[in-house]
Amino acid sequence: MKLFGFRGGVHPHARKERTEQLPIIRLPLPRRLYVPLQQHIGEPAVAQVRPGQPVKRGELIGGSVEWLSAPVHAPADGTVVEVSEFASPHPAALPVTTAVIEVSAHQTPWRVPAEDPFGLSPAELALRIRQAGIVGMGGATFPSAVKLDLARQHGVDTLIINGGECEPYLTCDDRLMRERGQQIVTGVALMLRCLEARRALILVEDNKEEALATLRTLCREQPQITTLSVPTRYPQGSQKQMIQSVLGREIPAGGHATDLGVVMHNVATAYAVYEALVDGKPLVSRIVTVGGGAVPRPANLEVPLGTLVEELLAYCGLEGEAYERLLVGGPMMGQWLPHPRVPVIKGSSGIIALSEAETRVEMPRPCIRCSRCVEVCPSGLLPLELAKRIRKEQFAAASELGLSDCIACGSCAYVCPAKIPLVQYFHYGKGQLQARRVQEKKLDNTADLAATKAQRLAEIEAQKAAAAQARKREAEARARQQAAEKAAAHEAEPCARTEGD
Amino acid sequence: MAHTLLSGPHTLAPTSVSRTMLAVMLALLPATLWGLYLFGWPALYLFVITLLAALACEVLCLALAGKPLHLNLLDGSALLTGWLLAMSLPPWAPWWIGVLGSLIAIGVGKQVFGGIGYNLFNPAMVARVALLVSFPLPMTLWTAPAPLGSAGAPDWLEGLAITFGGATVDAFSGASLLGSVKTEFTLGRELAEILPQGVNTQQLLLGSHHGSLGETSALLVALGGIALIARGVIRWTVPFAMLGTVALLALLFNLIDAGRYPGVDYHLLSGGLMLAALFIATDPVTSPNTTAGQLLFGAGCGALVYLIRTWGGYPEGVAFAVLLMNALVPLIDHYLKPRIYGRDRGGRPLPVVRETAP
Repeated sequence: MKLFGFRGGVHPHARKERTEQLPIIRLPLPRRLYVPLQQHIGEPAVAQVRPGQPVKRGELIGGSVEWLSAPVHAPADGTVVEVSEFASPHPAALPVTTAVIEVSAHQTPWRVPAEDPFGLSPAELALRIRQAGIVGMGGATFPSAVKLDLARQHGVDTLIINGGECEPYLTCDDRLMRERGQQIVTGVALMLRCLEARRALILVEDNKEEALATLRTLCREQPQITTLSVPTRYPQGSQKQMIQSVLGREIPAGGHATDLGVVMHNVATAYAVYEALVDGKPLVSRIVTVGGGAVPRPANLEVPLGTLVEELLAYCGLEGEAYERLLVGGPMMGQWLPHPRVPVIKGSSGIIALSEAETRVEMPRPCIRCSRCVEVCPSGLLPLELAKRIRKEQFAAASELGLSDCIACGSCAYVCPAKIPLVQYFHYGKGQLQARRVQEKKLDNTADLAATKAQRLAEIEAQKAAAAQARKREAEARARQQAAEKAAAHEAEPCARTEGD
Repeated sequence: MAHTLLSGPHTLAPTSVSRTMLAVMLALLPATLWGLYLFGWPALYLFVITLLAALACEVLCLALAGKPLHLNLLDGSALLTGWLLAMSLPPWAPWWIGVLGSLIAIGVGKQVFGGIGYNLFNPAMVARVALLVSFPLPMTLWTAPAPLGSAGAPDWLEGLAITFGGATVDAFSGASLLGSVKTEFTLGRELAEILPQGVNTQQLLLGSHHGSLGETSALLVALGGIALIARGVIRWTVPFAMLGTVALLALLFNLIDAGRYPGVDYHLLSGGLMLAALFIATDPVTSPNTTAGQLLFGAGCGALVYLIRTWGGYPEGVAFAVLLMNALVPLIDHYLKPRIYGRDRGGRPLPVVRETAP
């Protein structure tokens, strides 16, 4: 199949060599798991357990009541000891509602579902994927069932499976494709069935030869599924770029992949679908690459969700905070972690502890307009001009230059010789625009309310006036009537008198 | 830590402003050393003085503006500006030409606009043009090469006399190739009469002719520039468009009338064109942002160079051409923006077209 490629992009040092040859190891169950009820984009799940309550592996501990949400399950048998606020893997370690589970010594085995998932209807498949709490495993954590539902409603034709893994250091998807390719392909076939789509394309960067070869062999028996090799380039794994790469088409601004008849899921998501539908396991564990120069023994670990990052690091030989910078995800788009006492969640693809040598902290210098940022921007933006306007607080001007079209991939900041934190500027600018929109909406609302009130008052006034008018008319009528009666009486009186006389 | 960033990327390319400047200076080194060898001690003195004056002026301006010295001075931009200016001066010019030029370049060309990154015009070219207009005599006394150690070449003491003492150097000075051809043309003579042996391409390539330090060896300048393009320090766009436009115009007019319009080799290899196309017009600060803009800018520079050389009042038009095009950069950047992903050129979202099953 012909590939189109995408524009821009960079080639950061891959640094995958320390972990790409390491098979996935199952991390022993920790004593305690800290399972946040919000591990996805959308509404948090609602706690279904109380402190002191025993839970079984795979039992629902957080239910989704909203449409855009995903349930959360117990990753192990144990007892809920607490349901309270706990730090989440976020730059500010924002506290979220978290179920703390004391893990028991004995774990019940999984019960494999009796029925063949391929015998289920597409709607039933989507429901089970939803019930399994599966979200986008590439890091975006969008509830997968919602994505599948939307795609089915749009009559999507092509399912794209992202095996790009273009972030440096990360090899979890690579290992998954090499070691559990069959499960991935089955998962993809199930997703295809759920979508009622025509074909699936698995895209793998050409630096993962073994993964490519494995999947290619497995797909031979699946005429609907094709494995494609794409050139290694960041941000290949971004949905917009990957779709451009395969179809040569762009998602219209403000639109969605479904507008092109396409939906994209990550390889790890396909694996999670397999586990849920074939093995009967909801999403309670994931593969995490633990890497970075500060980690003595990097690894690809299969980790129960809710395991603290510090336990992963300790398992890999890093004690305490003997690193320069700790990240969740890759170094390009991953997030900085202020400390390792935060749990692994559904979207945590990597825990990267960078050494001082890998973390070049340099003072930003004035922009020399070298326009490398323009060259590498996959969205066709002018990062230097955007930053200039945001620095001057000209947010409307930045918006006109396409600030909202920025995908925050960081290619611009990566190549900037002046070390200007461009992405930080863009986040700030977007935040300001959003705040302004909210403010404007508030003002509009206030204006609307004021107008309604004025109208209501005017109506009341009018009613009052009308009532007064009516009363006046009534009074006049009454007066006239009284006068008439009086006159009549007056007229009648002589008669009466006459009569009386 | 004070500089910890919440946003990625947490890994950065091994580039920096000072590395960029250093790479450019390294690329200039062969041509510079060759020029210093050809023009001897006075050229070396002028070169060193110009660089020192540029640094001194930068320090002064930074101190006046209250900016930190170490960071700004170490970025190498002032040194590079001084270097490029020195490359464009007559090699035996008196010391004050170098000092005054550096003052204009750094003070007026760069710091008045706000320092590195904010200047609209190429500082070295601002200085070159200001000097040429203000002091036409010392700025057009081009020295014949007198390689170090050759007979009649000034030794270090005589060099001092030339640079600092105002010793006359008439024996060595003369017009550059562009200058003499231009003068002869104005007298109504044909190219065949002016250059009976034709254009000496080899001489132009190697630089053994009257000219500034930087325009001597077109070959060494070109090699330095190609190295920069290959290493990704500068882009191919501006040099390609600029040299291509000059070559195209030269070819066209030469075909029309070879007697009045010299050929491609004459135009490409003489004067400061090669230096300007690879090292001056490519200055990121004063050139456009986008590939299309850079191509337009380069083509504009090339066209102006040909125009000024052929019909203008000066034999050499590179500095004027670059400055004129610098002035147009904001306009070019305004009109030639890249197309945003998912939008048409006007910024409207692309139409929704479904993927159709084949």
